Amino acid sequence: MSEQSHEPNMVLSTKEFDVVGKRPLRHDGVDKVTGRAIYGADVSMAGLIHGAVLRSPHAHARIKSIDTSRAEAHPEVRAVVTSEDFVDPGDKTVDLGEGLTRLAYIRNNVLARDKVLYRGHAVVAVAAASLHDALEALKLIEVEYDLLPAVLTAPDAMKEDAPLLHESLRNTEFGKPTDKVSNISDHFRHEKGDIEQGFAEADLIVEREFDTSTVHQGYIEPHNTMALWNNDDRIHIWTSTQGPFTIRDTTAAILDKPVSQVRVTPTEIGGGFGGKIPVYIDPVAALLSRKSGHPVKIVMSREEVLEGTGPTPGSHLKVKMGVKSDGTMVAAQAWLAYEAGAYPGAMVVPGGMCVFAAYDIPNVTIDGYDVVVNKPSTAAYRAPGATNAAFATESVVNEIAEKLGIDPLDLRLKNASKEGTRRADGPKFPRIGCVEVIEAMKNHPHYSAPLEGPNRGRGVAIGFWFNAGLPSACNIAVNPDGTITLVEGSPDIGGTRTSVAMQAAEVLGLPAEKVSPSVVDTDSVGFTAVTGGSRVTFSTGLAAIEAARDVRDQMIQRAAKIWGVEKDSVEFEKGVFHSKNGTENRMTFSELAAQLATTGDPIVGRAAVNPPGVGGSFSGNIVDVEVDPETGKVTILRFTAFQDAGKAIHPSYVEGQMQGGSVQGIGWALNEEYFMNSEGKMMNSSLLDYRMPTSLDLPMIDTVIIEVANPGHPFGARGVGEANIVPPPAALANAINNAAGVAMNRLPMNPVAVMEAIWEKNGVTD
Amino acid sequence: MPIVFIPAAMKELTAGAAEIRVCGSTVREAVAELEAAYPGVRGWLFEDNRLKPNIAVAVDGVVSPIGLLQDVDEDSEIHFVAAISGG
Repeated sequence: MSEQSHEPNMVLSTKEFDVVGKRPLRHDGVDKVTGRAIYGADVSMAGLIHGAVLRSPHAHARIKSIDTSRAEAHPEVRAVVTSEDFVDPGDKTVDLGEGLTRLAYIRNNVLARDKVLYRGHAVVAVAAASLHDALEALKLIEVEYDLLPAVLTAPDAMKEDAPLLHESLRNTEFGKPTDKVSNISDHFRHEKGDIEQGFAEADLIVEREFDTSTVHQGYIEPHNTMALWNNDDRIHIWTSTQGPFTIRDTTAAILDKPVSQVRVTPTEIGGGFGGKIPVYIDPVAALLSRKSGHPVKIVMSREEVLEGTGPTPGSHLKVKMGVKSDGTMVAAQAWLAYEAGAYPGAMVVPGGMCVFAAYDIPNVTIDGYDVVVNKPSTAAYRAPGATNAAFATESVVNEIAEKLGIDPLDLRLKNASKEGTRRADGPKFPRIGCVEVIEAMKNHPHYSAPLEGPNRGRGVAIGFWFNAGLPSACNIAVNPDGTITLVEGSPDIGGTRTSVAMQAAEVLGLPAEKVSPSVVDTDSVGFTAVTGGSRVTFSTGLAAIEAARDVRDQMIQRAAKIWGVEKDSVEFEKGVFHSKNGTENRMTFSELAAQLATTGDPIVGRAAVNPPGVGGSFSGNIVDVEVDPETGKVTILRFTAFQDAGKAIHPSYVEGQMQGGSVQGIGWALNEEYFMNSEGKMMNSSLLDYRMPTSLDLPMIDTVIIEVANPGHPFGARGVGEANIVPPPAALANAINNAAGVAMNRLPMNPVAVMEAIWEKNGVTD
Repeated sequence: MPIVFIPAAMKELTAGAAEIRVCGSTVREAVAELEAAYPGVRGWLFEDNRLKPNIAVAVDGVVSPIGLLQDVDEDSEIHFVAAISGG
């Protein structure tokens, strides 16, 4: 099975362009492969000193006292800060792009105030002449704690007698605040149709419960920041982030400064996947800089990344689905409890919006619970919330197919959402590619290839993510040599410099190589939302298209001026301006660019967009596995990922996203988990023990790009960064079931979990 | 007249009605109409005189980046959905 006897990657293209859809070299490629690209840890400046953070050894405790006097007396220590150095925000709330958040929660997560709520919670920070001095000084700090019982899972935290993390956290029930103090921050519900009537009409009902573990995004580059609080009270931060404007706004809010006094320069970023949206160390470094008068750099260790930054929620899920005997889905019910970690904000809301999104079901009820527990405050992770939910739904769908004797893809096709399907949360879907993805899976040679040998099985699953629009800005300057310089505010994580540049190049009839794209700081470009939500190629790409159209229109006016004709008589096509009034007037983009300096003002195009028309993306997997019945080890033999990209702007980068998301989904499914002891200590806080899959563990991830054009984008693009992580756990559970005859109901499906399931099936009790 | 779909959590304010036809050429006008008929709706949707940041407006299935200012047609569907972005 490991021999490649098939086409590894396919693009099911629907429309061709000159630049879009091709595979030019990435503009930052040479710098990246030669090590010249500047990452956060590379940044330095005169007078730089180093920061380190003292973190809680306890999962839940009240801080009785903090004595920093011995650390402050250390000869090489330049500054010490605690949460007392922050302005008390009271009940102030801030909108940082993910809804309203209490500023106190963010501030208290950056440096704990009265309580520590998870092991690894930051308590004190020190800046010293060297990192070694800073680490030495941390040992001189004395923190006295009153230990409190820790609660580590959503079901435990939801019990009436559970230890409370926040004495002031009151439950919100169906959008209305209540007086009930609880670990349940929020309970919401979506309803569609009549759920009881739906189940009454069903010929078959399947109901199952599932658990998923806390997992980390696993970006290779740790969090880092360098901050300079200048004498003019302006703050400059260089940091590895998905959202420089988010860091600017959050840091300004925490430090009670106007945003105009904070400037953030995003350095190159070694992965984020949602985990590098929140702020952790930037305001701390800024405060240390103000106190010390030096620029201060903080670089997290791997242990700090795993214990002190936001993983994705663990969850407890119940899914019940009812179908007619012909496979028609008539009712579906979900109960989703997600662990928010220390502060409210689990990704259960999008989980609830995605749990049945792939299916057109007339009667649906979805209940979601956002539950705080004594783990790190969770953050987004690729299609946040959707993977947990799909593991449950898709596993139930596969069980229904098996019980009805219907091909699992035929069952999905019969019930697939399409344009006009009303989602459980209300709106109807616009043009989507759910049917086309399932059809591509069914028609792919992998699905009909023989699967020979013992203990082998094949599984399928599909997934969905909404994707995001949000604001982006872009400026384009025309250079006299016929090239253009493109300035944007979206940190480049997956090759987006090139995918954005290609869209400007398409408009201007230029090869992608004639565009020089730069990602700049927050003072140098208009507001641009995070590199997240699969939005950059769509939204920043649209800004680039609009800026390029602005350039084109100005160039047409200039050509008309040079030729002495009306601008309406000038046409532009494939990089050439020509007059359509019967003259011989004709100039290439480069020829006109060379004349700009002597014929008028320089030409700069600009655009800022906040676009509607976001296209959601569906994905699917076919996976073959072999399960070792003696050890429970699951070996992946073949894996094919399918995804609707709308239009793949740069197919190689779409394939890269699909492969990366699939591998992260595989890790989530088979290996990864925060392995906690009963006191809330993570027992595997290194990458030796937190086991992410490597290339040695996996076959090539084959890809099939489906192109169902998004009508909301001039070239049809949909975001592609997230939907690919959604189906792998359910597809693998399905494959393991087919190979070993065991229905897996928790993640990870590591050898222990698989063996326990095999023993249970075989009646082995000891 | 555009039709407003009432989220499950807001139905107690609308006497259980799930779909309500209102006058208005923008979402803001539609909400004002709704508030006049069902007092309390505005409080559920608004904070500091604007739409709560965790609520988005979808008109005819498309989430609007301009929310209350979004134009609506005679047969538009208006939904209040969770504002999400992603990772």
